[in-house]
Amino acid sequence: MIEVRDLTKKFNGFTAVDHVTFDVKNSEVFGLLGPNGAGKTTIIRMLSTLTRPTKGTARIGGYDIVKQDNKVRQLIGLVSEKMIMYDRLTAEENLRFFGKLYNIPKTLLNQRTDELLGLVQLSKWKNSKVGTFSTGMRQRMNVIRALLNMPKVLFLDEPTLGLDPQSTVEVREFIKKINKENKTTIILTTHMMNEADRLCDRIGIIDHGKIDTLDTSTNLKKLVSGDDATVLKLEIPNLTKKMVTAIQALDCIKSVSQENASHLKIHATGDEAFDTIIDAVRAEKAKINSVENLQPTLEDVFLHITGREVRDKADNKIPMREHGPFRSKRRVR
Amino acid sequence: MGAKTMISHSFRIAWKDLMELFRNRMGLVLLILMPIFMMTMVGFIYPSETSISNVSIALVNEDEGFGNYSASSTFIMALETVNDNTGMMKLTDASNLDEVRDLIQTGDAEGGIIISSDFTSNLMSGKQGTITIVTDESNPQMSAMIQAVLGEVFEQMGTMLAQQNVQGLGVDANTSLAVVKPYNVQATGAVEGEFSYFDFIAPGIMAMTVMMSVMTGLPAAISQEREVGTLDGMMVAPINRLAVILGKTLAQMARGILQGVLILVLAVTLFGVTVHGNILLVFALLLLGVFSFVGLGVVLTSFAKDQETAVMMMTTIMFPMMFLSGVFFPIEQMPWFMQSISKVLPLTYVADALRKVMVLGADIPALTTELSVLIVFGVVMTAIAVPVFKRAMTR
Repeated sequence: MIEVRDLTKKFNGFTAVDHVTFDVKNSEVFGLLGPNGAGKTTIIRMLSTLTRPTKGTARIGGYDIVKQDNKVRQLIGLVSEKMIMYDRLTAEENLRFFGKLYNIPKTLLNQRTDELLGLVQLSKWKNSKVGTFSTGMRQRMNVIRALLNMPKVLFLDEPTLGLDPQSTVEVREFIKKINKENKTTIILTTHMMNEADRLCDRIGIIDHGKIDTLDTSTNLKKLVSGDDATVLKLEIPNLTKKMVTAIQALDCIKSVSQENASHLKIHATGDEAFDTIIDAVRAEKAKINSVENLQPTLEDVFLHITGREVRDKADNKIPMREHGPFRSKRRVR
Repeated sequence: MGAKTMISHSFRIAWKDLMELFRNRMGLVLLILMPIFMMTMVGFIYPSETSISNVSIALVNEDEGFGNYSASSTFIMALETVNDNTGMMKLTDASNLDEVRDLIQTGDAEGGIIISSDFTSNLMSGKQGTITIVTDESNPQMSAMIQAVLGEVFEQMGTMLAQQNVQGLGVDANTSLAVVKPYNVQATGAVEGEFSYFDFIAPGIMAMTVMMSVMTGLPAAISQEREVGTLDGMMVAPINRLAVILGKTLAQMARGILQGVLILVLAVTLFGVTVHGNILLVFALLLLGVFSFVGLGVVLTSFAKDQETAVMMMTTIMFPMMFLSGVFFPIEQMPWFMQSISKVLPLTYVADALRKVMVLGADIPALTTELSVLIVFGVVMTAIAVPVFKRAMTR
């Protein structure tokens, strides 16, 4: 459905997207996972014909995003990070306005507007101005707006950013539903690991404008751990340095990290790992309060691949760029 | 993508913009208040001719007479009769030009009339009697007014005098008028009835408000949508990029014309401005003016990253334009380099053409220069603006 080849975007010398190549299959949910400023939004904007690539090409449904941009636009829907809604117009007026831009005949448009509003339980607000809506309602509007033209491909840029947990779940469920029922191909960007994990069939991990790894969530996790991996979280109130050294000395251990005064996170391999570790700490007279057997998370994957934690990276990046030579010319998006 | 679809899309966008505008109560109030303020302000600052009353004028009679006959006293009597009827002036006596100048400097007089020493003798010997009007250069509006008013008064008095003289020769009044004044001065002056400075100003203000409205409104509207993110919603739809500018322009144009109409209504009802020409031509000119401006607005919009920059850019351009385009001050009184700047500003031609239509009742043939300049300007600017805008939209 989507073929991206060497897609590159430079803003005044700053490379936002660096030779990105990937394919997205029909009716797949594809996630771009990465910290803020990694280039996710720029990729989405190029694919949705809003930004012209500096180099490289991409095709959507066989149409070139630069040369056949209007063909591409017929096929796609965009849920942008910013709300695409006019606050002074009512929900219905907003949808009708955007629907008209797609030349949808009036009766069909009215019918579709009502359907979509019903789908996200906003029917009774259809004559209220969008400006009076809560953030959750606005985001639901933002999503259905992108569905007016029944897109084959739907782009979602941070669709749950700034939503409360309940609205987040609602929006995620809705995205799954669209994908299942309409067979819509979905590309979404997120910096939230669990979101990518829950929604996406395949995930591309993106950092510094490059896609480092691309696979299914399960395969990505195997990448860090291998098949016989064990990840343990131990709570030991009387934790000592000696215990940590004792654990590290074991053969099956890959890494041990101390999370705080009483918590240890242990990566290990081999079938016997669990017993061996417990025996070892017991021998050191450790009092074990709790044991958690963890599956590796995408967080671990990200850490493994980029060598940094997502949150750290996002925080560091902003001051780093402020001092850069292109500060004044830097474009945020 | 057919032209028809593009037009229909742009109408949708214009309609949406106007809906937003009309739902913004505060904005709407300001939209209406702005021309009202502008109009009343300018209207009261610049006095109209009819409002001249009790202007103190120093009168110097240096006439030595001819024998015991003094033509000047007849003249002064006539002047006083005129004054009694209109209450225009307050005449004070002065002895010579220097005293008049002093009076003007101290502010005791706003102008002066000097009857020359050989006034009577010249008239008696069949020459013209000289009357000098002294004006206060520090107050150009007032001095122009006094000059115009007094000039007209003297002209009329002269005609009356001449008629009497000729009648004395035994010819009837109508023929005598033809003898002494073969050309009717009023007709060549082109404006009939009362003419005020406001008549000069009103068309300019109208042109300026409409232009300003479109020029500041367009970049603000587009960059605002870009900032909020809604522009992406339009851009991601399969519509021609031009439909966006066209739609926005239509909406701003409607807004500008609304203000223009308001100004016209105020000018007519409150300040007695009369529209001599075709009112439809007035609006056609305004539309043409907008067309000539829009390109410039679009180019600036494309360069401006955010709304703030866009508005600042527009203000920077609008201000010199306001003063250099002859809206408030006649271009002729500017130094040559400013005159040449004003010749490249489209507003100059819009204001000029509007003035010709509204004040002089001119028709299309009389406006060939202005019309062609505006059309050329508009076409060139649009030709530059379209590709620049298209590029800017897909950065």
